[in-house]
Amino acid sequence: MHLGGLRCNSTTVTLGTDVATTHDAKRISRVLWVDRFLTFIRLAFVVVIAVGLFAFIAQQIDPQNPLARWLNPDATGLTAPQFKGLLVTGLAQGAMYGLIALGYSMVYGVLGFINFAHGEVFMVGAMSGMITSNKLADAGLWEDAFLFCLAFVVITSILISTAVAVIMERIAYRPLRGAPRLIPLITSIGVSFFLQNVSVVLLGPGAKSYPSLPTWLSQKRSLLGFEIEGTKLVVLLTAAVSMAGLWFLVERTKTGKAMRAVAEDKEIAALMGIDVNRTIVTTFAVGGAMAGVAGILWGILFRSVIHTTGFLPGIKAFSAAVVGGIGNLGGAMAGGLSLGAAEATAPLVLLEPLGVDGVSQLRDAVAFAVLIFVLLVRPSGLFGERLSEDDRA
Amino acid sequence: MTATSENLSMVETPGVAWRKQIRFALIGALSSAFIALAGMPVGLDGRSIIQPVLSMGFLSLLWVPFVLATIAGSEVVLEGMTARTRDSKDLLAGGIVGLGSAGGLVLLMVLIQNFNLRDPLVNWSPQLLNLLSFNRSLAVGGLLWVLLGLILGVFGGAMHVLPKKLCSRIRTVVLSVFAVSVLETFLTDLLEGFRLEVLTDFVYYKRGGLEVGGALLVAALALLIPLLVGTRIRDVKKQVVDLPAEERKRVNLILLAVSAALLLVLPFFLGKIANELLANVGLFVLLALGLNVVVGLAGILDLGYVAFFAVGGYTTAVLTSPNSPGFSPELPWPIALIVVVVLTGIVGLFIGAPVIRMRGDYLAIVTLGFGEIIRLLFLSDWLSGWFGGAQGITNIPGVDVGIGTVKGTDPRSVFLLVLVFCAIAIYVSWRLENSRLGRAWMAIREDEDVAEAMGVNTTNTKLMAFVVGAVLASFSGAIFSAKVGSIFPTSFLMLVSIIILVVVIVGGMGNIAGVIVGALVLIGVLGGPKQPGLLQEFSQFKLLIYGALLVWMMLKRPEG
Repeated sequence: MHLGGLRCNSTTVTLGTDVATTHDAKRISRVLWVDRFLTFIRLAFVVVIAVGLFAFIAQQIDPQNPLARWLNPDATGLTAPQFKGLLVTGLAQGAMYGLIALGYSMVYGVLGFINFAHGEVFMVGAMSGMITSNKLADAGLWEDAFLFCLAFVVITSILISTAVAVIMERIAYRPLRGAPRLIPLITSIGVSFFLQNVSVVLLGPGAKSYPSLPTWLSQKRSLLGFEIEGTKLVVLLTAAVSMAGLWFLVERTKTGKAMRAVAEDKEIAALMGIDVNRTIVTTFAVGGAMAGVAGILWGILFRSVIHTTGFLPGIKAFSAAVVGGIGNLGGAMAGGLSLGAAEATAPLVLLEPLGVDGVSQLRDAVAFAVLIFVLLVRPSGLFGERLSEDDRA
Repeated sequence: MTATSENLSMVETPGVAWRKQIRFALIGALSSAFIALAGMPVGLDGRSIIQPVLSMGFLSLLWVPFVLATIAGSEVVLEGMTARTRDSKDLLAGGIVGLGSAGGLVLLMVLIQNFNLRDPLVNWSPQLLNLLSFNRSLAVGGLLWVLLGLILGVFGGAMHVLPKKLCSRIRTVVLSVFAVSVLETFLTDLLEGFRLEVLTDFVYYKRGGLEVGGALLVAALALLIPLLVGTRIRDVKKQVVDLPAEERKRVNLILLAVSAALLLVLPFFLGKIANELLANVGLFVLLALGLNVVVGLAGILDLGYVAFFAVGGYTTAVLTSPNSPGFSPELPWPIALIVVVVLTGIVGLFIGAPVIRMRGDYLAIVTLGFGEIIRLLFLSDWLSGWFGGAQGITNIPGVDVGIGTVKGTDPRSVFLLVLVFCAIAIYVSWRLENSRLGRAWMAIREDEDVAEAMGVNTTNTKLMAFVVGAVLASFSGAIFSAKVGSIFPTSFLMLVSIIILVVVIVGGMGNIAGVIVGALVLIGVLGGPKQPGLLQEFSQFKLLIYGALLVWMMLKRPEG
């Protein structure tokens, strides 16, 4: 029916009982009902976390402990290397989520909508990395000149995913500028669906693998008391370098200043002589480049890519952006790291002591639960949102 | 740019915008090459439209120059401007677009012959090359494509030059030939129900598609019927509109009753395939009507709608199946349905309550998260004691209705059952739309703050939308599990939510009739996430088309 139909300006109420103060008693009781329920859910979350942690500590002290046996009769406890291993895995994946989250965060900061298709830009990066690295491996270069090849692969995949992001903005989002914010969201769902299936019809539906990495890279080495596989080290380092580059771009260059200005207020930025369209394209391009890097990191970590690769990391990265406070770039990275760590450790630390079977299957469910929990308890994220006035709504 | 009119007092739109034409020619080249590489010509070649002249595979390429040339030729006429008189230059413009599209294909053919990129691109095959060059040499094939592109492009351009009436006639003929050909399975089934095999044998080729004679017949009918009946229908319509309100209502009621009776009788004339198809469509109509309440009326974008479908299906399975692993009361279906409705309503409240205060876009992502969490829980080993994990729950009995059981093996009965529930759902959503609650939903959709200021309790009202949507989805889930007889977590991917969303958006948000038509066309022709539609060959491309359709709808016709 109407375009405005999808507008949902719900006031973000954290513990808002003040809404009902001026109305009659009946109304107050009605509003309180949902609030009580929400408080109950929040409490339930906290209780589950507390009990899980408590049981975990109990089982760490002594697995034969009655407290540890209470919920999980065959509690064994984690050894320190196991825990560290989980943590490192989580952080490496978290760094990748953080890189993707930057794209969500920047676009949300500037345009105020969730670019659902950003996960697919990441997938495109991983796919193009797969193609180029396999071609290089066929030519026999991958093993011999690994670092050179890696640089080449990273650069091509950055170029391709940047191009995809920019084309996407031009075709699908620019005509919708100024529409109610759910309209571009629905469009981006369509774009995401389309890109996934483009990959299916062009490259075939099966999973494709990266060539195997040289052994000097994948072997474990110890660092600061942690046993880290070389690949995870590469992932963490690459993420740190990209983050530093992005920080420099946003905080220290003229382009970055323009981006911040457009995020603050588009009209005033335009009055100040900033080319808003170009800045928005730059935002998409930078987000796309970060997603391209993340795609290669995915390839290095998991060595396998399929058309649905972008979906879950995309959602998780969005969660990371929310956790860190949307629009806040440092927050996005921190959110990614904490989400990755939570998702890797929580099944074994929280759920296993609670007596849940097959916990590793619930990793993704944990990531979604983190998102829901953060939105319930602190919708503006751990490190605060940075949005313009009208996007805050 | 060509010269504008010499008459200065009236501003005319300038001549043919050559730049635009060239841009469209490039778009045409890219899209033809993409379609070819996506494997549509090869994959769809098996399905013929008019045997042996035209197959679906070629059609997938041939529409490009025509449609693009038509679009490229259309111009916006602003107020105060007179439309430019169209002349032969428009034909030329269309030709350019057509040539561009053909050029893309020719370039692709040359590339395929000289390079081998089969490794990443699965459809980079000699088979594609053979098909594109009509099994002849590259030069002949290329020349043919250039000619075809040129002709079709000129035709596309001609759509603006020829008189309007002629154009619409041509469009009706082409579309009806296409539609009759696509509906082949369905129409054969229907006509055989009326013992009219003679007709189908004449019109249709054995394996789908029309015979040439059949195509000519359909074309002739499409040309003649509007000529004969067109004016009469208009007269009748006018009479009805002129009637006093009381009588018009009665006419509408009679029409409704007649169509309902027709629908009830229809399954008995249809064969297995058509009934199965319509039963699937019906399940999606139910889902789409439910989502229409949530998205269309209340304006809440729920991306985890499949969760309610899943809960409905799983609850039915647990309650009725003797194979349910944890708790198996083996209730009869109708009693189970009551439990299902209550339970899904409660789940709707549980999912709705935490998200109801969030910003619209956060709400979308969080509901998506809930949908995935529910699927993961059904899949997990943790709860497999109740829900069977990846093995699912099998051996769900059908619905015992006294005269017989409704089961997946008897699609006719399923279709009738679905029909009954669709009728309920339509009635409910129609009544709700005009009720106090429906008006409150629409008020919230338009502007939540204002609605709240007008005294609408937004929280409760939005929760009600969630619950009503959940209950409608649970009907669909309950029928689904009785129909299929077994239930697995893979039936409840996020994909389902998105496809239902596409159906609702294509049908028009908040428009009940539109949503039903949307489900009929999309699910019926293209097929659901797992269910095949009429164009079974399309199964590998339907998701691509759904995605493209969603983007296109949002850009061009967000109102559906």
